[in-house]
Order: sequence, then C-alpha cells, then structure tokens
Amino acid sequence: MEILQLVLYGTILGSILALGAVGVSLTFGILRFANFSHGDLMTIGAYVVFVVFTVMKLPLWLAIIVSLAVTAALTAIIDKLIYRNFRNSDPVILLISSFGMALILRSLIQLIWGPSTQVYEKGIQLAIKFGGGLRIKPDQIIILVGTVLLIIALHLFLRKTKMGKAMRAVADNAELARLTGINTEKVILCTWLMGGALAAAAGIFLGLDTRVFPEMGWNILLPVFAAAILGGIGNPYGAIAGGLVIGISQELSTQFIDPSYKPAVAFAIMVVILIVRPTGIFAGRSS
Amino acid sequence: MSDVLLTIENVTGGYGEADILFDLNMKVHDGEVVVIVGPNGAGKSTAMKSVFGLLKIRGGTITYDGHDITHDTSDAIVRRGICYVPQTNNVFPTLTVHENLEMGAFVRKDDISDSLDRIYEFFPPLKEKRKLPAGTLSGGQRQMVAMGKALMLDPKLLLLDEPTAGLSPKYMDQIFSIVKQINELGIGILMVEQNAKQALGLADRGYVLASGKNRYEDTGANLLANREVAEMFLGG
Amino acid sequence: MEGLINFGILFLTMAGIYGILSLGLNVQWGFTGMLNVGIAAFFAVGAYSSAIVTSVGDLPHWGGIGAPMIIGFAAAMIVSGIMAFFVGLITLNLRSDYLAIASIGIAEIIRLVLKNEEWMTGGVNGFTGISGKFNNIFDGGHALLYMIMVMVVLGIAYFLCERAYKSPWGRVQRAIRENEIAARAMGKNSLSFRLQSFVLGSAIMGLGGAVYTHFTGFISPEAFDPLLATFLIWVMLIAGGSGNNKGAILGAFIIWGVWSGTEFITSSILPADMATQGAYLRVLFIGILLQAILLTRPQGLLPENAPQPDKD
Repeated sequence: MEILQLVLYGTILGSILALGAVGVSLTFGILRFANFSHGDLMTIGAYVVFVVFTVMKLPLWLAIIVSLAVTAALTAIIDKLIYRNFRNSDPVILLISSFGMALILRSLIQLIWGPSTQVYEKGIQLAIKFGGGLRIKPDQIIILVGTVLLIIALHLFLRKTKMGKAMRAVADNAELARLTGINTEKVILCTWLMGGALAAAAGIFLGLDTRVFPEMGWNILLPVFAAAILGGIGNPYGAIAGGLVIGISQELSTQFIDPSYKPAVAFAIMVVILIVRPTGIFAGRSS
Repeated sequence: MSDVLLTIENVTGGYGEADILFDLNMKVHDGEVVVIVGPNGAGKSTAMKSVFGLLKIRGGTITYDGHDITHDTSDAIVRRGICYVPQTNNVFPTLTVHENLEMGAFVRKDDISDSLDRIYEFFPPLKEKRKLPAGTLSGGQRQMVAMGKALMLDPKLLLLDEPTAGLSPKYMDQIFSIVKQINELGIGILMVEQNAKQALGLADRGYVLASGKNRYEDTGANLLANREVAEMFLGG
Repeated sequence: MEGLINFGILFLTMAGIYGILSLGLNVQWGFTGMLNVGIAAFFAVGAYSSAIVTSVGDLPHWGGIGAPMIIGFAAAMIVSGIMAFFVGLITLNLRSDYLAIASIGIAEIIRLVLKNEEWMTGGVNGFTGISGKFNNIFDGGHALLYMIMVMVVLGIAYFLCERAYKSPWGRVQRAIRENEIAARAMGKNSLSFRLQSFVLGSAIMGLGGAVYTHFTGFISPEAFDPLLATFLIWVMLIAGGSGNNKGAILGAFIIWGVWSGTEFITSSILPADMATQGAYLRVLFIGILLQAILLTRPQGLLPENAPQPDKD
C-alpha cells in the first residue's frame, strides 16, 4: 500500500513538474532555447499568492488568478526589455541571458521577501483518508484538479483557437509561418504569456504542497528540464507525460535512496534518455 | 496587354555579403503565367525570394500594384495579396490539412468558411484528409496543401518555387494542370521550374536566367522554339 | 598601508583563480561554442580532489594522504577531466541546450553529494586539514608567495591555451563552433574534437579549484553555489571577450574588481543589519551588467582576433 501512496505523491509532484515542463517546452518550441529563468518565474508566482492570499487574506482562487496574470505580464515585460533584442542572435545567447535573468529575479525576490521560508497557511492540514488507507490533503486535491483544468484549457487553446494553431505553426516551421503572414511577434508574446502563467501555476502548486522560499524554483528546474527532455523538448504533450514519469520515479526512489537525492533521480532518467533517445520518448521534434 | 502587377527593376542583392542577383529585371502582368528557367545556381529561386523580402537588396526596386515593396517584411507583402509557396518544407507537418489551410488565412479577419469550401472543391483529395497531419501526406498532396494554403487569401499573384520538384511524372502533370486552373481563376503566377519544357508550354512569358542575370526574355512558345535556349538549358 | 597590501594580495589571488576558471570556460565556449553552465561542478571536483589528496591528519572524512600540492593539482585536473569526458560523451553530439541542461544537472548533483556525504567530503561542515605548507596564509610572506604562485599557474594556463588556440587543433575547434550542424555531420571525428576541448577546459577549471582550495585552506559546499562558481565566470568571459584568452583573464580581473568593489560600496552605504540585502543588490547588479554587456557589446572588451589560416 505504501507504494500506492508514493505513486499518489508522485502524481502530485509530477503535476507540478508537468506544468513547469509544458511552459519550458512551449518557449523552446517557439524561441528555440532552454529558458533557465523558468524556475525563478515559478518562485515569483508562488510569492504573489503568498502576498495576496496569506498577507492580504483574499481568497485562494483570486490569489491564483492574480498570480497567473502578474507572472505572465512580468514574463512579457522581460521579453520586451531583454529577450526581444536577441531575436536575430544565436539562441544560445538567449540561454545565457536567461541564466542571468534567473539571478536577477532571485535577487529581487530576496530583496523583497527576504531569505526566509514561508508557508501559505500555518497549521497542519488533516489528510483525507480513502479506500485502502490512501491519504491525500485538501491542498493536494487542489493541485491535481488545478493541473487537470489548466492542461485541458491549454489543449483547447492549442487545438481550437487561431492563436493556438499559429503557435503550433511557428513551432513547426517559423520561417514558413512568417511567409504565410503569421504575425510571429504576436505569437511570441502569446507564448511568453502562457509560459509565464504556467510557471506561476507550477510555483503556486509547489508552494501549496511544500513551502515558499527564494530557491524553490531554481531547485526544481533540473527535474522540470528532465521532464521536458523526456517528453521531447518542444512538445508540450510529451512534457505532461514526462512530468508524471519523473515525479512518480522521484517519489518511488525514496524507498531505496536518501530523499535528498530526488533531483539525481530526475537527472539519471534524463541521462538515460539522452543516451538512448535524445528526441524524447514521446516523439518530440528532432534536435 | 493588361496592367502590370509586379515589376522587378535593376535588382541587385543576395543573402549575405555576396550578391547573387545582378541588375535583374522582370515583370508580371495581371493574370499572366510567367516562368523562370535556367541552369542550377542561376539565381532563379533567389529572384523569386527577392520579391518576398527574404533578401538583402542592395540596388533596384520592386513594385507591386503601384506600391514600392522593396524593403517590406514578408507579412506586409502577404497582406498586399502576394502568396509564396516555397519549394520544400512548405506545409506545417504537425498541423492537420484543415489547420494548414486556416493558417493560410491568418491575416484575414473575416469568415473563411467559403474559401475553405472552395479549396476543398478545387483539391478534392484534401477534403478526405482534412483531419490528418499534413506531414503524413504524399509529396503531391502536400504540394496541394501548400498551394491551397496560399489560395486562402485570394491572392492576385502567386509565387511558386519548383512546385513539381521531387514528384513522380503522374503528379507532375497533375500539378501543372492545377497551376493552369489557378491561373484561370485570374491569378497571376510567377513560377520557377526545372521542368522547363512543360512549364514554358504553359507560360505566357518566360525568363531565362544565368549567373543571376537576365539572359533571354520572350513568350513561352518563342523560348521553346529558340534553339540556343533549347541547347543551353532545356537539354536539347 | 599593510591592510592595503593585504587587500591587494587577496584581490590578485582571487582574480587570478577566477582567471584560470575563465580560461577553462574560454576553451569550451570561446573556442568550440560548448555551453557549460555547470562550471561549479568541475571547480568543486577539482577543489575536493586536491583537498583529499593533499590533506594531512586524522580526518572525519576522506583525505589525510598528505601528498604534495603539485600532486593535488594533477589529481584535480585528472578527476575533473574524467568527469567531463563522461558528460561530454553523452551530450556533445546533441544541441547545445542539452549540454547546458546536463551540465547544470551535474553541478546540482555534485553539490548534493558534497552536502550529504559527510564521510567523504565533510558535508556542510566543510573539508578540513587542507595543505600544511600554506596554512596561516596571512602570516609572513606566505600570502605573497601564494599569490605569485597563482600568477605563475595562470601564466602557464594562458600560455597553453594560447598555443592551443593558434594551433591547427584550435582552428578545427573554431570551425566546429561556426557551424555546429556541419560539424555534427562530420560525425565521430567532430565528437572527438569537441570532447578534447571539453575535457581540456574542465581540467583547467579543476586546476582552478585546486588553486582555490590551497588558498582558502578550507572548503565547503557553499563556496560552489551557482552564483559564485558558475555565473560570475560567465560574466567574466563575456565581458572580457569570448574566444580571446587575454580577454578571459582581463574579464576575470575586471569583474572580480566589480564584484568586490560592490561589496565595499554596499557595506559602507548600507547599515550593518542590511548586509544580506546588500549581497542581493550585488547579485542584481551583476545580473543586469551581464544583460547590458550582451545587449551593447556582446563581443566583449577584447573581441576575438582569430589568426587567418595560411593561404596556400
């Protein structure tokens, strides 16, 4: 039974990783670079909820909406100020720039909120017990339901709306998209907004599940990247599966190894994928 | 003769530092089929790309419908009513056929369902495959998707870069007859073709390029009859 | 006066160590265009390797072998090089993003090992018992002596990097950098060249780690966080000029000057109880500085000046 419980915890962690990895994959698909500031955008999202929900005592759902909007807007502003200038550069320059952006964001977080660890709500939540002794906390239900809703919304957006289809078109072939008359700048803006909102959601859920502290996003960046690579980087659907695989493996691994090595499990899976099938197990775009 | 749609005047330019085109001149009139032929490396595709803002143009002007478009961006040019079908990678492989056509109409704000119906009427095989990813189609059908995608904007001028490249003879004939049908809708066509004989047979006029310069310019029939052209570029 | 001299010696020693690290990165990124964002891993492995080999006494962790420092340096380069070989083998044939991600993964895992495996590394309490010869570094002339030694090591590293850059080997590396796709199409041959460059660069970073270890006489996982041990070095190389060995060293001295200078400024302007905020402000400043350099002078202060291949 313990195993089932770990699978459940792994699914919860996997949901968080999946949301993060989908954001990384979307930006990679359009802009062709691995965004190293994605983890710290997650942290920003988590802190905005801390401000609106914990400090201002407004309802959680409202705090989540505000956080998604603020983080998305911030991401778009960063693009306007910095990344946009590198459109015609080698994407590698964007990667380096995003690495710098990660530190800028983290130092701002530390300046504003200090280095200490916060929780959304003090006190211990009672776990709900159900069939076969499985336990789940109300917050974890929020995480699971929230993730499913966001992924359905994303799916509908990518499949049903003109902008979503244009995003997939640009990811397929950016040059052809331009020749077709697709406004790629608008597509890029939209990608950043979605990437930012998804990062915020991942950060909030991570904060709900554990705690809020300045390095939380950076610390989870490696498993997020691993999930994106596992799913075939650039393929948002693969990223969802990648997140779940990594999350469940990480939790199950605690049966055998020290829990502090959870990120190493993600890394090990990633290394195996890079050796065996670098395009990802879910047929992502070619490297 | 009808109005001039597109004028390429003394254009010199290339992709990077080195020029590929030198003092190039070309015209396409309303509703005309114009074919560019020439040996490999003559700058045929480059000439076509110069229209579409994909080149560094260092001299000369390109006008379309009375507007100077020499330095316009690709999407501005699309908005003016010119559509371009590249030789390869000309569909979005993971998008369905239907979505590809919708993307062709990206710049349109109005209802596109009539245009979609018309394209499916024009290319019946696409209707059956509308829900399949375009990347899974055969080469000929992909070419139809690419053309259909371009026609979604009701362009006045269509640029086709070697539409029959890599296709079997059966599909080649089909594509040429489609080109003819498109032209019969009143759409001007500027086309680069390796298969020069067939293309010139279809063309109102043709240009023969060599080393990025104009070499011959005449009606399609005259070029076909020209012995020098035949020996040089048409393989006898 | 004495304080100023001590400060100068300290500054030059640290800048020199960063110069070595920056040269190592220049081999990887400047020569070949390989994106290593896990410098900290090779830096740390070099530092701990040398510490394990040279430390003396009965220690609560690995070490106590008491080998001379030069053996420590060699061990640092070898172990870092071997680690680089395996990381490179897996990632160098893929898009550069994969190397970036894998290298940051290695750095995080090395940090986890350093923190958790007390029996080996001393854990968060740090590694003690390093280097008898240069202990008490600020007594007498030892500090000056050590600084001179750092400069000598930096000079040797510079000389070797410069030779490598100008050699036919360096020309191949530049060709690989200029056209990754064509280079990848070259297949095994290209992988082997990239591996050589990656291993060489990482070995130099390991050497930097060893030199650092014997300077501080004490190392702990904190010294190898991504900011100080990876990011700062990237800023140095980009500011100085990627592809230019002189630029790599110049960048290290200037950025280390900026980094220690901002510490001086924040500690003199801000009240003592705001020292932590001061540290964050400095990181913020360096982050913005990197963006400014990338935007306004991406080629750096001393742009690359590749020798023209002989015309024949």
